[in-house]
Amino acid sequence: MFGYVLRRLLGAIPTLFLVVTASFFLMRVAPGGPFDQERALEAKVLENLNRVFHLDRPVWEQYLYYLGNLARGDLGPSFIYRDFNVQQLLANGLPVSIQLGGLALLVALLAGSVLGTIAALRQNSWIDYSVTAVATFGITVPNFVVAPLLSLIFGVWLSMLPAGGWGGGSPQNMVLPVITLALPQVAIVARLIRGSMIEALRSDHVRTARAYGLPTRMIVGVHALRAACLPAVSYLGPAAAALLTGSVVVETIFGLPGIGRYFVQGALNRDYTLVMGTVIIIAVFVVVFNLIVDLLYAALDPRVRYD
Amino acid sequence: MERMAETIFDIRDIRVTFDTPDGAVEAVRGVDMHVRAGETVAVVGESGSGKSQIMMAAMGLLASNGRADGSVTYRGQELVGLPREKLNRIRGAKITMIFQEPMTSLDPLYTIERQISEPLRVHGGLSASAARRRALELLKLVHIPEPERRLKSYPHELSGGQRQRVMIAMALANGPDLLIADEPTTALDVTIQAEILGLLAELQHKLGMAILFITHDLTIVEAFADRVYVMQHGKVVEEGVTEQIFTRPTKDYTKMLLAAEPEGHKPPVPKSAPILLDADKVSVTFSARGGLFSPGFALKAVQDVTLSLRAGQTVGIVGESGSGKSTLGRALLQLLPSEGRVVYQGVPIQGFNRAAMRPYRRNLQMVFQDPYGSLSPRMTVGEIITEGLLVHEPGLSAGQRVEQAMEALKEVGLDPAMRNRFPHEFSGGQRQRIAIARAVVLKPTVIVLDEPTSALDRSVQKQIITLLRRIQKSHNLSFIFISHDLAVVKALADYTIVMKSGRVVEEGVTDEVFERPRSDYTRDLMEAAFNLRQVLSRQAEARA
Repeated sequence: MFGYVLRRLLGAIPTLFLVVTASFFLMRVAPGGPFDQERALEAKVLENLNRVFHLDRPVWEQYLYYLGNLARGDLGPSFIYRDFNVQQLLANGLPVSIQLGGLALLVALLAGSVLGTIAALRQNSWIDYSVTAVATFGITVPNFVVAPLLSLIFGVWLSMLPAGGWGGGSPQNMVLPVITLALPQVAIVARLIRGSMIEALRSDHVRTARAYGLPTRMIVGVHALRAACLPAVSYLGPAAAALLTGSVVVETIFGLPGIGRYFVQGALNRDYTLVMGTVIIIAVFVVVFNLIVDLLYAALDPRVRYD
Repeated sequence: MERMAETIFDIRDIRVTFDTPDGAVEAVRGVDMHVRAGETVAVVGESGSGKSQIMMAAMGLLASNGRADGSVTYRGQELVGLPREKLNRIRGAKITMIFQEPMTSLDPLYTIERQISEPLRVHGGLSASAARRRALELLKLVHIPEPERRLKSYPHELSGGQRQRVMIAMALANGPDLLIADEPTTALDVTIQAEILGLLAELQHKLGMAILFITHDLTIVEAFADRVYVMQHGKVVEEGVTEQIFTRPTKDYTKMLLAAEPEGHKPPVPKSAPILLDADKVSVTFSARGGLFSPGFALKAVQDVTLSLRAGQTVGIVGESGSGKSTLGRALLQLLPSEGRVVYQGVPIQGFNRAAMRPYRRNLQMVFQDPYGSLSPRMTVGEIITEGLLVHEPGLSAGQRVEQAMEALKEVGLDPAMRNRFPHEFSGGQRQRIAIARAVVLKPTVIVLDEPTSALDRSVQKQIITLLRRIQKSHNLSFIFISHDLAVVKALADYTIVMKSGRVVEEGVTDEVFERPRSDYTRDLMEAAFNLRQVLSRQAEARA
């Protein structure tokens, strides 16, 4: 397995290289630059800034320069947050995003599998229909509606939880953002598990388990659930990468210092280095979580092999 | 079984009904059956006769839209309507089952040890280590090679026969009174079937449980059962001691089943008949290219097979699963890449691409095994049959095509008015007739038939065989007939090739090969297919 992981990580280097290259040039192709403001800067100031950030060089030279720094682990200075370099910004924001996303992932996994399993076991009953209805609701209502509603109800009217803010990462402050992040994932996981569970319960080997008088909890919990998990696992890999790298909507509405907002702010302001930094982080997460999914898959299903 | 042992399993007026969107469907319509201790009873019938559903009803395994009425008692205990907890004390302990599908009946995600242990721990309350010891004993009992290693194996690492042995081990785990075997050997090759039946007979002799054997295969019934129930359309039409049923059947349906074994034979074609298709040293290799960091592999599915097909000839290719017979059939028609040399009527077609092959396709047709999967569900039968004409005779008008479709349907014994229906409205046998009509409408010279009768009941098979014979004569067709079913090949082919592991082990005029097989492999195959009874009694003698 160790060899397999190593091979996969080595195989990810060309992928990351392509992602970096494509994003770098796409950013430069986009009109405007980091120092275009409503009121144009003085020509001399602009020239100085461009020189400091090497923007006066040809693009391919800037690219090589960036790659050189990247190889040394330097993501460069931020163009907008002038007192920070990109590493510092990410180091501050990433733990916040990871905590929120990780908790949301956990909630999605637990609540989603429980709801999906219950719905599958009571197929075509009112329980099944209500789970499916709630799931559809969870998928269709966007988070920029859910977040202010939750904040309004639990934060403002009921005063049960803080309406926003990070509060140094205290548990109360995390409840509403985590729920907002988890809700659509719970819905998707529940639907996935319901579908595959129904299929698993109809399979021949579950019939065998019934014919051998195994109790229902064993049939469902041991034989059907493990098979039913597989599609949810393959969905959750990419979903986890997205969750852990933060959400601009949730961070903005609840006023949280995660990295999701950097991506949007960076892109809008042509903060080349910041955008590159977030792109790299997201790409790394996607690569890592796809690897984790494949390892999990192999752990769950002995027919899958590392080759 | 002369002495009257007590009745342990008693089915009285059982009825099974399924609620479907088209209304209630009665699959079983009032059946009485019983099994005495230590007895072997066979329930025989064609597909749809309801034979399996009786057992599903008795064991509480009906699909959620199914309902059972009537009574099934096990040693006086009523099973129909019994609460699940009470039923769970009987099923898997006193009454156990093995199923048809050895590939899917075991959970692919757990080890053999775990799956044999579960019923032991649930019913016998064994500890994990005691269950492991017992599982090992059981694997030895069913003669699985390297039982210690197999405990840790997963189902996909075992062959079909070994998986069925594991199922049998599970079935025996708690010392059952009754073993219900639902077509346990149908998915297996004949030689493996003989081994599994021999094993069941041996275990019954040793352990004394009763066996209720559900099958469509009369050969097995004759070799294996003490008593037989014959079922048709959800009812028992005849019952009795095996010998009596086989020698003095009283009901027409039973007589028809007994007479449905394929019969007749085809005289060889004269040596002067021209060679249509000539294949020399055909090989097919399946390979996967290695990736940047992973090695590739290659599997030789067909190795150096040489054959020639003369006008009017039927070459039978027989072999067990994995012998490469279907792959060979496809390679001959250039449906997959191969090496060697294939000549059709003087033209070397070997390696032709799709465009180059197209003019020859209408002459070289194929009929597949699966009558359900090989017809497009969204096209009418008329469209399916004439689709090939669109390519090969684009000049035909729509009216002419319809005419040809009607002609072809008539030829295969279907009502031409059926051309506007869709495939799902037809039975398996009718669909296979449609597939044959689709090939025949192009007026080919060669048809490769890949297991065309294997998914069909014997009585339907017989009709298809008759049909194939007739169209071969009327169109002077040449067939390559691929089958694992020796009886069908014996009836249809005048030349037979026996394949094993991608190679030809024996070939010759059909009568020669079947009467005087030269290789041991062919001999084993023939024995297992035609003399199952002797094979089993020899096995029994060897044990005694």
